[in-house]
Amino acid sequence: MHELAVCESLLSQVRTLAAERGAESVGTITVRIGPLSGVEPELLIQAFSIARAGRHTGQARLEIESVAIELRCRDCGAESGAIPNRMLCSNCSSWRVDLIHGDEMLLASVELHLGRSDSNDAQSPDPGDASDV
Amino acid sequence: MCETCGCSITDVSHAVMPDVMHNHEYPAPVRTETVEVLKGLMHANDHAAVHNREHFDRSGVLVINLMSSPGAGKTRLLERTAEALGDRFRIAVIEGDLETENDAERLRAGGVRAHQITTGSACHLDAHMIHKALHEFPLAVDGQPTDILFIENVGNLVCPAAFDLGQHLNVVLLSTTEGDDKPAKYPVMFRAADLVLISKADLLPVLDDFSVERAEKSLRQIGVETPMLRTAAGRTHELSAWLEWLESSLEAWRAAAA
Repeated sequence: MHELAVCESLLSQVRTLAAERGAESVGTITVRIGPLSGVEPELLIQAFSIARAGRHTGQARLEIESVAIELRCRDCGAESGAIPNRMLCSNCSSWRVDLIHGDEMLLASVELHLGRSDSNDAQSPDPGDASDV
Repeated sequence: MCETCGCSITDVSHAVMPDVMHNHEYPAPVRTETVEVLKGLMHANDHAAVHNREHFDRSGVLVINLMSSPGAGKTRLLERTAEALGDRFRIAVIEGDLETENDAERLRAGGVRAHQITTGSACHLDAHMIHKALHEFPLAVDGQPTDILFIENVGNLVCPAAFDLGQHLNVVLLSTTEGDDKPAKYPVMFRAADLVLISKADLLPVLDDFSVERAEKSLRQIGVETPMLRTAAGRTHELSAWLEWLESSLEAWRAAAA
């Protein structure tokens, strides 16, 4: 169960991004996970509900986009889908295949809440001031 | 007066924009922005791994990450490998376990330089742990460089596969006392391997449920050409194929680095 460690890494990237952009909070975090990433989506969601507590991400939502396995055969050149423990070319059954997709573990996008449209004035001495309006 | 933002205090910024700051009844809508990132989830670990690998490359040390389920014989293999290599190569070992210094002590007893990382409850080593260990465990001692550094990962066929440590090669052990269909059950781990070792091969004659052919078929079915060799680090000390692989890997890595 390393999903908590993966989540902490994910959230630290998201918090850095939120701080850089001056966001007040984070909405939906979209990640792309392939079946060969070693990460189990359901465990990631469970871990996320624990790990999200803290600055910026307390109310964040995790959305997982699944990526299917895609292979290219080195023998016949065909491209085909596969399942993790049967990674064979569906055209010629060769195991000499290259993985095109399926091991992704990507932070795709982050929805940032930037506060009220009037709170971004450069003259505001402290961004915290306007946020409680 | 507004207590929330403390704006009763005279402030230049409030003097020029009083209306904006006090428009409490009709808040403007929250602005949102969706930022595309497209970076690996393990960005911090991967960054540290790249740093480790640069350090290994500069030091001229080939680093091999040894992974398997608990009890497949990683430590025993390292003990025997160190004995067999003798003075031919200088090796060092970083050990990863949840608790105890036992494995590092076993290796030290045989004269091997070894450093123990205890992970507490973490089921894997990560690049930061290796980085920290390297600060306490120098790769060269008395001007004598290390040729091969083995990292013995936490016994686990799941989590260690997700963490790049900065190693050059991954070796995965599959012992004959386990199921020969392990590659089909743990495809992520076995796909990460540069070499699969069938360990405890001296037990094959007395085991009727492990077939090396089936293990190899299971490995091919996850779509990899990874070589598979046998070792017996117990009574028979049959390590020749493994030692040859080590030697040729070191040679190939040095040739590529030159």
